[in-house]
Parts: sequence; structure tokens; C-alpha cells
Amino acid sequence: MRHLIIGNGPAGVVAAETLRAACPLDDIRLLGAEPEPPYSRMAIPYLLEGQIGESGTYLRKAPGHFEAQRIALQHGRATAIDTAARSVTLDDGSHLPYDRLLIACGSIPASPPIPGIHLPGVMTCWTMEDARRIAAAVKPGARVIQMGAGFIGCIIMEAIVARGASLTVVEMGERMVPRMMPPGASAMLRARTEARGVRVLTSTRITGIAATATGLRATTGSGETLDAEVIISATGVRPDIAWLAGSGIETAIGILVDHRLATNIDGVYAAGDCVESEEFGTGHRIVNAVQPDAVDQARIAAMNMAGRPAHLSGALQMNVLDTFGLVSVSFGQWQGVAGGARVEVDDPGAQRYLRLEFDGDLLVGASSVGHTEGVGVMRALIQSRIHLGPWKDRLLTDPTQLAAAYVARTQAA
Amino acid sequence: MAWQRKILRVDLTAGTCTSEALNMDWAMAYLGQRGLATKYFVEEVAPSVEPLSPANKLIFATGPLTGTMASTGGRYSVITKGPLTGAIACSNSGGYWGAELKMAGWDMIILEGRAASPVYLHIENDTATLHDASALWGKTTWDVEPALRKIHQDSQLKISSIGRAGENGVLYAAVINDLHRAAGRSGVGAVMGSKNLKAIAVRGTKGVAGIKDPKAFMKATQAAKAVLAGNGVTGEGLPKFGTQVLMNVINEVGAMPTRNFRDVQFEGAKDISAEAMHAPRETDGKANLVTNQACFGCTIACGRISKLDQTHYTVVNKPEYWAASGGLEYEAAWALGSANGVNDLEALTYANFVCNEDGFDPISFGATVGAVMELYQMGVLTKEQLGIEAPFGSAKALTYFAECTAKGEGFGPEIGLGSKRLTAKYGHPDLSMTVKGQEFPAYDPRGIQGMGLAYATSNRGACHLRGYTVASEILGIPVKTDPLETDGKAGLVKAFQDATAVFDSAGICVFTSFAWTLVDVAPQLEAACEGDWSLDNLNVVGERIWNMERQFNNAAGFTNKDDNLPKRLLTEAAKTGPAKGLVAGLDKMLPEYYAERGWDTEGRPTATTLERLSL
Amino acid sequence: MMKSLHIEAAKCTGCLQCEMACSFENYGVFNPAKSRIKVFDFHETGLKVPYTCTQCAEAWCLKACPVDAITKDKSTGAMMVNEATCVGCKVCTIACPFGTINYVADTGKVQKCDLCEGSPACADACPTGAITYIDADSTGIDRMRTWAAKLENQTAGHAD
Ligand SMILES: Cc1cc2nc3c(=O)[nH]c(=O)nc-3n(C[C@H](O)[C@H](O)[C@H](O)COP(=O)(O)OP(=O)(O)OC[C@H]3O[C@@H](n4cnc5c(N)ncnc54)[C@H](O)[C@@H]3O)c2cc1C
Ligand code: SF4
Ligand code: SF4
Ligand code: SF4
Repeated sequence: MRHLIIGNGPAGVVAAETLRAACPLDDIRLLGAEPEPPYSRMAIPYLLEGQIGESGTYLRKAPGHFEAQRIALQHGRATAIDTAARSVTLDDGSHLPYDRLLIACGSIPASPPIPGIHLPGVMTCWTMEDARRIAAAVKPGARVIQMGAGFIGCIIMEAIVARGASLTVVEMGERMVPRMMPPGASAMLRARTEARGVRVLTSTRITGIAATATGLRATTGSGETLDAEVIISATGVRPDIAWLAGSGIETAIGILVDHRLATNIDGVYAAGDCVESEEFGTGHRIVNAVQPDAVDQARIAAMNMAGRPAHLSGALQMNVLDTFGLVSVSFGQWQGVAGGARVEVDDPGAQRYLRLEFDGDLLVGASSVGHTEGVGVMRALIQSRIHLGPWKDRLLTDPTQLAAAYVARTQAA
Repeated sequence: MAWQRKILRVDLTAGTCTSEALNMDWAMAYLGQRGLATKYFVEEVAPSVEPLSPANKLIFATGPLTGTMASTGGRYSVITKGPLTGAIACSNSGGYWGAELKMAGWDMIILEGRAASPVYLHIENDTATLHDASALWGKTTWDVEPALRKIHQDSQLKISSIGRAGENGVLYAAVINDLHRAAGRSGVGAVMGSKNLKAIAVRGTKGVAGIKDPKAFMKATQAAKAVLAGNGVTGEGLPKFGTQVLMNVINEVGAMPTRNFRDVQFEGAKDISAEAMHAPRETDGKANLVTNQACFGCTIACGRISKLDQTHYTVVNKPEYWAASGGLEYEAAWALGSANGVNDLEALTYANFVCNEDGFDPISFGATVGAVMELYQMGVLTKEQLGIEAPFGSAKALTYFAECTAKGEGFGPEIGLGSKRLTAKYGHPDLSMTVKGQEFPAYDPRGIQGMGLAYATSNRGACHLRGYTVASEILGIPVKTDPLETDGKAGLVKAFQDATAVFDSAGICVFTSFAWTLVDVAPQLEAACEGDWSLDNLNVVGERIWNMERQFNNAAGFTNKDDNLPKRLLTEAAKTGPAKGLVAGLDKMLPEYYAERGWDTEGRPTATTLERLSL
Repeated sequence: MMKSLHIEAAKCTGCLQCEMACSFENYGVFNPAKSRIKVFDFHETGLKVPYTCTQCAEAWCLKACPVDAITKDKSTGAMMVNEATCVGCKVCTIACPFGTINYVADTGKVQKCDLCEGSPACADACPTGAITYIDADSTGIDRMRTWAAKLENQTAGHAD
């Protein structure tokens, strides 16, 4: 059996390793379009901060790891799939046959339709190549404008500041991380960001970028102009699926998959940032572009490719963010559901926030700021649909007992 | 360095919190916790201070072994001038709060002045802040703990607080931590209430580092733990039965004060004993006792966790009392039970829950109820005044009084005065079974003579925890002495008092002394702390602490006349049991004791004694 | 035969000797806040439950790590955090559904139970035998695994 995996990010690598463990004799080939060994995008901020070098971003560090696992690494970009012939075409014109195919090609940064977005000096922060450009351009004293204060935007801010730049963040939404944190929590992140000398403009749109003698000038919707040497565009990402047009593989925003991570085409699976799947708990289709979900999906997809039926109960939103030392997390339906109970404690002075959302006696969503102990149980309580029974009322009185509730309802029965 | 070398001073009047270096010279001489905090107290507070005035101070103090792996190393003490006695008060508690304070980087907190309106103190490591507590005032300790955890979003927040008893000035109000551990005696909770301080919430994540010789310390603490495990009392008796192991023993030796000390044996003792707590109830087939529990670091685990019978009259309509909580210790079982002739285990357990919930000392409360019942039997107090018929043996009266005292309703405020003031008010001061205004605990001095001397001379008023000669006289620890004999008791009492002062100053639990002597404590201290903590020096330190407390009391106006026992114990002989015909032989022991201590006949340390102890 | 920590909650008295032993072993200080084993105290029932990582077969923490900072120790079976490699991204702390891998602000890295290289300090310190280190077969970690499996309704065995 020949397994071909397109994309050697976290999803591709975990899938390959899972396959290897499950099918010791099969052929496993991992295709990657970027020149680097398999690396992790999300380690880029730490690279920019100087905490690690490029090799620190590599997904596997032991020398000879892939050879030892008999996973063939191949450099090349897939450009088309012939699902009838079970063959993938590469950018050099060659073809790769497969019996089982996994598409794990991730996403690409969105490019907002703004005049000047392609000027030199305007960059995205997505690939290693991007990281090198940013490292070269963002020097101490540089003025940097960051477009977007979503999840990824907020993650890279600290690295930009750590490089000694003076940073202005411009966000279209009315608050930072609008799709990850509720207003009270978001306000704390903003306060922390501003306390570190970052200028934050929300409900603000960059409408144009022009080159000046010394660099770049951005204009906002209100007509304000902002000068900078570097503009980083972090306005969102979308699944990298344009190249699948005509393959017959069903897509919407992302590649559509079922609970087994199978596409509509027999033998073709997809996992990671490039998929659009049913959200846990709501049934809506979402693109859940986060690392832990990418690897979970990869593992389940690989199990199915190996002929061991397995399925995911849906994509669960889960995020952890560190904003200049202030740690925030959110899980599931953190906005709450109609008719469900909520408990929210907001302590801006102490920069601590905790909010739990219930549906009946199930926890369906949670968000917090300033909490790091045992946050993982939020995931378990939500995803395992653990009935809280008497603990629901206890949590409404004292939500800090969440880990206790989990242990009580699972271990101490 | 097992001290954190840092104290927190909170001026409640000004609303400020400041950090100071610990006076290490004093630490070398007074060790920590009880000794060291008392040193600070006597240096800073006039002996004449009115206990409930802003000029009094309140100190929460840990010891050098608090927050370490030394077994039972989780203790703290509350030191102040007590409102019940007017003497130095020092009340010791376990649970987790003391260790948490230490983990936050503090050896002690000195609270002074009075807040204009209710406040609580929140400590997170180095940061200490006062917050408005008006929303918590009027709430029980059981409500305060989860409320503060929620406000500060901290599941690990440890809380010491007062209930309504402390707010209402019950003179024996306690400070409660971890729901049912108490700095129970002498009214330290009333002082906290008088300062408008509702709670101290602590979170410490710094830990205790800097043990002098970690290797030696681990070895010493391990050896000491083995001693506890191998000892019959600390290794088996206490974990299985708790201090309640004593109920039947003390009753048999005829030293179980019963019905306000009219009798020395209680016919209902077996119904409220440890064995009874283990036995399945007729109603629901479950035992009163759910499990035992340890305090921080404790390898004995004598704590009782009980669940009430849901069909019992006290709680049948109150599901909030159906959860497990702190069950009966021997002293509480005695004070709520034998002292009043009540043998209803569930009623006692309920009353004990109420004492914890609203923060008051079950010993003083129960003993005061004993006096009330006697006055009722005599016709001095009536049903109209009390709100209930209150003959000896009435469980209903007991639990009713507990609720009244907790809420400050009905006759509760009078019971809250303690038996000395209450019996005096109604014209029968001799019926108050107290020394220096504090009620006796559970050992009758007619049946255990040494305890009579221990009570009479205890620096905080009648108390079993200042010199527990029961260990020797009844249990034979470390050597057996005859409980009915007065000879040799002066020396025994002194030795117990001095050693206990060391245990109470080290950060460990005095119950370890069922198995440990200072010989076991010294190596643990030596490995943990700079300074001389050899056996010889520890004996001196203990004696020094005792004399320092004594000097404070003398300066506060106490004299040898106050080293006394109530008339009943000196004139009414025990009616039954081995001590039948005996009264407490205090007159024989007291002069000997003064001589043994190096005090003059008025009970004042002589100049030579003071010099010998560097006081 | 691999060994694992075997927890008998009914024996636990809540003394926290294990928490102190763990922090002392790993950081040289007595500090339950830094312990990798936590005793949950259920005061409504009186039950106390020592709780730590079971070195679960799914190893969500290991798989979620973007930089290969968590590896499985061949001799003990423990998932080990390599502090030098860990960048402190905390993704593992939301991936592990047991809440048993946690961020430590002091170090900027995460910590989890590493079985003390095969001689667990917590088990050594436990005075009641509530924590023992015995052959994995006879431990109760299956209960934890049952709950783990519910996360994804996996119908087949594990790949590793
Ligand atoms: C700066 C930054 C910070 C982030 N921080 C976090 C975070 O803190 N937490 C979190 O959960 N997530 C974070 N993320 C997102 C996280 O990195 C992604 O969710 C994760 O990388 C998704 O993994 P993947 O394998 O699906 O896709 P990718 O990592 O994008 O890997 C896809 C791979 O496929 C290759 N490829 C694409 N098309 C082709 C093709 N046609 N042929 C061959 N190869 C192809 C790509 O070159 C790439 O190497 C961050 C991302 C960035 C950029
Ligand atoms: S930390 Fe969590 S995910 Fe990792 S091995 Fe332990 S239980 Fe499993
Ligand atoms: S915090 Fe460290 S160990 Fe955990 S996922 Fe991130 S890099 Fe890996
Ligand atoms: S085995 Fe070691 S690291 Fe793990 S919980 Fe026990 S003491 Fe801590």
C-alpha cells in the first residue's frame, strides 16, 4: 500500500508517523513544497524573538528521524490530482501514484484588496521565507504597522516588540481577538498590550498603502496616516485549495471532510488547516486552523487510511495565547448558547478572567485569562460531554473548581 | 534558612500593608510561631491594653517547620490579648492555611488598629492588599471561603475567617480556616471581629526553600515520621479514632467532667465515643464518621470527617448540612456532650458543625451551656429567659443554644459572654468552671491531679494544650505517673509546659508529642535552621517562652490568686470512680511549682530566673 | 513490564507529603504550587484524590508539540519535556484533556510528571500507600483511559 501525504507541516508529519506505527510495511511518502525540512509555522514567533534558531522550528529534531521511520521526504509542489488514476502531478511535471492520499497542505495568508498591499515592505508572517524577511527588515527602532489583531496577529506582536520595533496594531473588529475571546477578556489583553507600548487601533481599517521616500505610509478609513518601514499583514488565512479545482474533490472554504476525515473521493483524506469540517457541538462547518486540532485530525485520518476505523466527534475550537505574559485560553462555544447558564468573573485589576458556558449540565464553552493550571480539563469536559450533575451548581457558585469537577465526575466516581 | 525572614504589618486604621525583615535575633531566642510572635506582641503592646480596642494587636504566625516536609508542619498560631481572659492568648490551628502563608513568603502577619468598615486581607505572594468586605459581613465562614475563591479566581486560595460569632463579639469566637480547622480558644476571633477584619485569604506559590541542610533534613524528618508511624497512639489510635480515642479511657479513670463538673463520670460516654462514631446508625445504616483527614504535612491524620444523619431533627430540613464536614474531636464531644449530660451523637456533631460554620470555640461554648443548664435546674434561669427548657441532657437545648450563639439571637449573646461573666451576672460565680475566665477542657482535675495544676497555671486560662500531663498520668507517655497523686506533678507540669512551648513555636502539631519528645524535634530543627536547637537549648527556649508569657500576664494584673481552680473542684469530692472522695490538690502542688519554676511565692519570676533565661 | 503510578484515593488523607516531595525532587523547594501531582480535596464527601499524568497512550501533549520538545522515555514510558527545546507555546496544555501538563511562568516552559526516572518521589513520600509505583497492568489508569477514549470515540486500538 502506497500512502502519499501532500504537505509536511504538523498534520502531514503526525499522519506519516501514525501510519508508520499502524502499517509497518507500507510505503509512506511526505511531500513538501517549501525547501526546509518539515517545520512548524507556529514556532516562527520564537524564531523572531531569538529564542530559537531555524532548526528549533523543525518538527522532528533527532537526526535521521524520517529515514529511521522509513518515511520518504520529497520536495515538490503538488499542482493537480487525478483521482481516477490515483496520481498526483507535481510542479516539475512528474507524477506520483498513490493508493491512499492525504491532503495536508495547510492554509495561506489572505491578501486583503488594499491598494499597495504588494509593495515591498509589506509582508505576511506565515512561512520560513516570510520569517527571514521580517527578521531582516524589523530592526531596533523600526516602525512597524501590523494589520490584524486576530489570533495569529496577537501571537506575532510580542516577537515584533522583542525585536525592538515600535508597533502599531490596526484591527478592523471592535476588539482584539474577536473570534477567540469575549469582550471582558479581550479588554485585558488590550490593556496589557498597550502597557508594553504598543499602539492599538480597533474598529479601524487600512484603506491604502503608499511608498514614501523613507518607507511606507498607510491610510486608515478615518483618513489618519501612519508611517512605517514595515507593514505586516495578518488579516487571516484561508485553506490553500485553489490548486484542487477540477480534481472533483469537494470543497467550500476548505476541503470538505466527514468525521473520518475522508473527502468525497474514495481513498482521499484531508487533515489540518486546509479542511472544513463539522464543528463539535454545533454541527456548523468550520475551518479550525489550530495546531492541536490539525494533529488530532491527522491522527484520525491516518488511522482510517491504515484501515482502522476511527472518527473525531468534530472540530473543537481551542486556543491558547500569551500576550506579553498574560495567558488566555478559549474552548468550544465560549460565546455561550441560547438558554444555557453562564458564570463569568472579571477582575481587570488582577488581570484574571474566567467564564464558563453551560447547556443543561454540560459544559459547552470556556474562556479564561490569567489561568494556567489544569486548563486542559476544559477540553475534556466539553468534548467528552461529561454530565456535571450537582457540580454545575457548584461551578456557578465557584467556577474555580473546574478541575475538581472534572476529577470528581471521572476519577472519583 | 527555614524562616522566610519577612513579616507583614497591616495597619487596619490606615489601611496599609508593609513588609519588614524578621528580627533574627529574636528568632534565635524564641524560635517562631507562638514564642516569636509573643515576643513581638509583648514588645509592642501594653499589658494593660483593652483586648477589643484598636490598641490591641493580632498576630498570625508560622514556625520554621511550617510548610516543610516535617510531619505536621502546617501549623500557625494566632497571638493577641484575649477578651475572655485578659491574659495572653495564643491559639493554634492546622489545616492548610499556615503553610500557604509561609509559601507566600511570610513568617507572620501583625495586624494593628481597626478598619473603619469591614475589610478582608488578600495576600498573593509578596502582594498584600485590603479589600472591602461589606458584602461578606454577616456571612458564615462556609460562605466566605467559596466567595473569596470566586472573587479572586483562585481555586487554591486558603482562607482564615471569622463567622458571625466573631462579628458579634462572642468572647470565645474562633478563627476558622479550611472550613473546619480552628484557632479555637481564648476568643482570638472576637479580636479579629473587633478590628473589622473578616478574613485573610492567602495564596503562596514561592514555596519554602533554603533549608539549612536539605539532606540531613530529609533524613531527620523521615526518621521522625517513622517514630510516629511506629507509635501506638500516633500510628494507630489517632488515625483510626482521632482524639476521641480518649472518651472511654478518661471516663473509666473517673476524670470525665460531667454536668458542669458535678460528676466525674458520664453514663452516656459510650454513646458519643469514637466507637459510636464508627458504628452504623440505626436510621440509615451509615456511620457518623466518613473518614479521617490530615492537615498539611501530617502523617498522623487524626482529623474526623463526619456526615450527619439526614433524618436527625437538627438537619431534616437543612440539606446544606448533609455534606461531610469536620466531625467531633474529643474536647468538643466532651464539652458539647458530657459537660451538659447530652449523649446524642448527631446533636453534638451538628452543634460542632455550627461552631465551625460561625466560628466559636465548642469547649467554651459547651462548658458555658453546662453552667446555663445548672442555673436552669436551680431555677435561676427560666424557659422564658432561655427560649427553651434546658435541663441537663437536653440535646434540643444544646443545638438551639448553638444556633442562637451563632446568629447572636435570643439568649445567644449571653452564652457568648462565657460562663464566668454569665454566672456572675446571675449571681452564682462559683458555677463557672474556668481559670482566668477560660472554660476547662475535658479532664477533671480530681481524677487527674496534674491537670489541676496545669489548668491553674496555664498562661491562657484553663487549657489542656499548655501542659498535657494526661499523657503521662493516663497514657504513660513518656513515663507513667499516678493520676491521683499530687507528688512530683509540679516538675511534670513544668516539663510539659516548657516542651509544649517549643512544639508550638516550631510549626508542628503538639499531638506529635504522644510519640515525639524534644529529642525527636531537635534534629529536625537543627537540620532546617541556623542557630542552636540542641536539646539543651530547646529546653531553655521553652522555659523562656513560658516565663515571657507569665511576665506579660503579671504585668496585666494577674497574681498568684489567679492560679486557682473553681471552688467546686477544691471542695466537692468526686462521687464515683477511682478518684471517688478526692478533690483537686492544688494547694499542695502550687508552691512546689513556683519553686520548681524559680518564681517567688507571689508567682513572679525571680531576678535569677530572668537572668538565667536571658529575659 | 512498565510500571506506573497506582493511586488508591480511599487511602489518601490529604497530607500533601507527595506534593512537597515532588516539588522538592524537581526544584529543591517545598512548594505544592510546583508539584506535578495534585491532591483534590472533595470536602462534600471527604474524599481526596491524588491526580497526575498517566503517561497516556494517546499522548496528546507529545503529538501537539510543534517543536518536538516532548518525547517518550524508552525505559519508563514517561512523556518527558525537554526544557531546552520547549518554546513555551502552551499548546500541549490545551491539548492534554487531563490538565496534567501545565505552564510554569517562572521558567517559561511547561512541566509534567516524568516518573522521576523510575523512582517516583511522591510514592516514596506517601505515608498511607495511596500512591504506589507498580506494574502498569494492575493500576487503575484504565479508568482515566476510558475517559480519554470518549474524546474521539475511537473504535480501533491505538497505533502505538
Ligand atoms: C506565526 C504563526 C503562529 C502560530 N501560532 C499558533 C499557535 O500558537 N497555536 C496554534 O494552535 N496554531 C498556531 N499557528 C497555526 C498553526 O501553525 C497551524 O494551525 C498549523 O501549522 C497547521 O498545520 P498543517 O500541517 O495543517 O498546515 P501547515 O503547517 O501550513 O503545513 C502545510 C504544509 O504543506 C505545504 N504545502 C502546501 N501546499 C502544498 C502543495 N500543493 N504541495 C506540497 N506541499 C504543500 C506547505 O508548504 C506547508 O509546509 C500559528 C501559525 C503561524 C504562521
Ligand atoms: S500530560 Fe496529558 S496528554 Fe501528556 S501523557 Fe500525560 S495525560 Fe497524556
Ligand atoms: S509548551 Fe513546550 S512542550 Fe508544550 S507544546 Fe509548546 S513547545 Fe512543546
Ligand atoms: S513521579 Fe515524580 S514527577 Fe511524577 S508526580 Fe511523582 S514526584 Fe512528581
